[in-house]
Amino acid sequence: MTVIGTERVKRGMAQMQKNGVIMDVINAEQARIAEAAGAVAVMALERVPSDIRAAGGVARMADPTIIEEVMKAVSIPVMAKCRIGHIVEARILEAMAVDYIDESEVLTPADDKFHVNKRQFTVPFVCGARDLGEALRRIAEGAAMLRTKGEPGTGNIIEAVKHIRLVQSQIRKIAGMSEDELVAESKNLGAPLDLLMEVHQTGKLPVVNFAAGGVATPADAALMMELGSDGVFVGSGVFKSQEPEKFARAIVEATMNYQDYDLLAKLSKGLGAPMKGIELSTLGQNERMAERGW
Amino acid sequence: MSQRIGVLNVQGAVSEHATHLRRVGAEVHLVRRPEDLTGLAGIVLPGGESTTIGKLLKKYGLFEPLRDRIAEGMPVFGTCAGMILLAERILGGDDPHLAVMDVTVDRNSFGRQRESFEANVAMADMEGDSFPAVFIRAPHIVDAKPSVRVLAEIDGKIVAARQGQMLATAFHPELTDDLRLHRYFSEMVGTSSYVSAMS
Repeated sequence: MTVIGTERVKRGMAQMQKNGVIMDVINAEQARIAEAAGAVAVMALERVPSDIRAAGGVARMADPTIIEEVMKAVSIPVMAKCRIGHIVEARILEAMAVDYIDESEVLTPADDKFHVNKRQFTVPFVCGARDLGEALRRIAEGAAMLRTKGEPGTGNIIEAVKHIRLVQSQIRKIAGMSEDELVAESKNLGAPLDLLMEVHQTGKLPVVNFAAGGVATPADAALMMELGSDGVFVGSGVFKSQEPEKFARAIVEATMNYQDYDLLAKLSKGLGAPMKGIELSTLGQNERMAERGW
Repeated sequence: MSQRIGVLNVQGAVSEHATHLRRVGAEVHLVRRPEDLTGLAGIVLPGGESTTIGKLLKKYGLFEPLRDRIAEGMPVFGTCAGMILLAERILGGDDPHLAVMDVTVDRNSFGRQRESFEANVAMADMEGDSFPAVFIRAPHIVDAKPSVRVLAEIDGKIVAARQGQMLATAFHPELTDDLRLHRYFSEMVGTSSYVSAMS
């Protein structure tokens, strides 16, 4: 007897992506460049986050035509984004057989209170998290993979660093707590107790956690790996740089060899200008995507 | 003395294999550069993305030393992407990678991720219950030459096979707590006298 859509199958898919780079692409040509550069998956989008910022208005699930075009172009897994809480966008993406759904704060949220109940889907989900409470709430809803939120489309790594550092330090704290303290901590963090107990016992998250939101250079990718990420999502960073092919290859190698500093120096040479980037203090509160999600 | 077994450390389920190998008593070495092959008695090629791993094998100069050692008889265990790396032929015209095992594989042959599944598979050479197998965008062997022994099939598709010192599964034994396949490989390494020389 065979069973599809089990927790192990969903989480396992993310485990196969570890130490890899997942790249945002908006058409078949970019998808092929990403695959040739060694990306482990691509995220099919209508616009990369920096263009979503520039365009303004409501950002929604991509046109299925683009997603299909990307799925036909490459043999690596294809991911796509739905709005937070948009059950039907998620069902459409599942019906199209995308390999992973990102319930993403990069798009305009559809529900201001609830996320998608991801346990009811066969396709696995990845979600963003800024702290351990948020991470465990998403896992409780069925997320099979996590990523930092960072601040998408800014090319500024500071928020992603904050998020991974916070999650790691909270895990260390939970691991060192006595069991008596966990119920109160569960209330403090807004995290389900059973998952908190699991973190307490294993000293790690039960699913793979990638870096995302602001990775603009090979050194940024290596920094996030150094801080304990299992892999890296690159959004606007690759195809907003001057030489996407070279850039994509460099990010892949930097992620896998994040402690080989001689190699990182070589990879960082002559890459041309990376994406311009945004200083976060210039962003208004309503322009901060990381704040989205509950 | 415990066996020194390598795990190809490019990308994918590396730590999961390392944990399983340690649990069956092996001394685990992660392999990314040709010099990491020195002194190994066997190597595991883990699951991940075969196109990514295949490209980076060449970039790191591992491709030829690894292929030569497997050809010389170093025991190797490839799971999922690892099986694709070993295959001599890939259906659909993709260039093969190490091309050491006399099989033809079909990539993603069970469908996309939503079709990924778990199943209990009856395995030849293995005592006890059937093996809990996790298939993730899995390949299968469409054609195996007579020198290849089929170890398991599901719906008529070959999902585990052995040829001499090469063991391959389309599924991921590193994702369950069942250690029998890692023990089986460790016994293969134990009965072989191979030790990888300096590169």
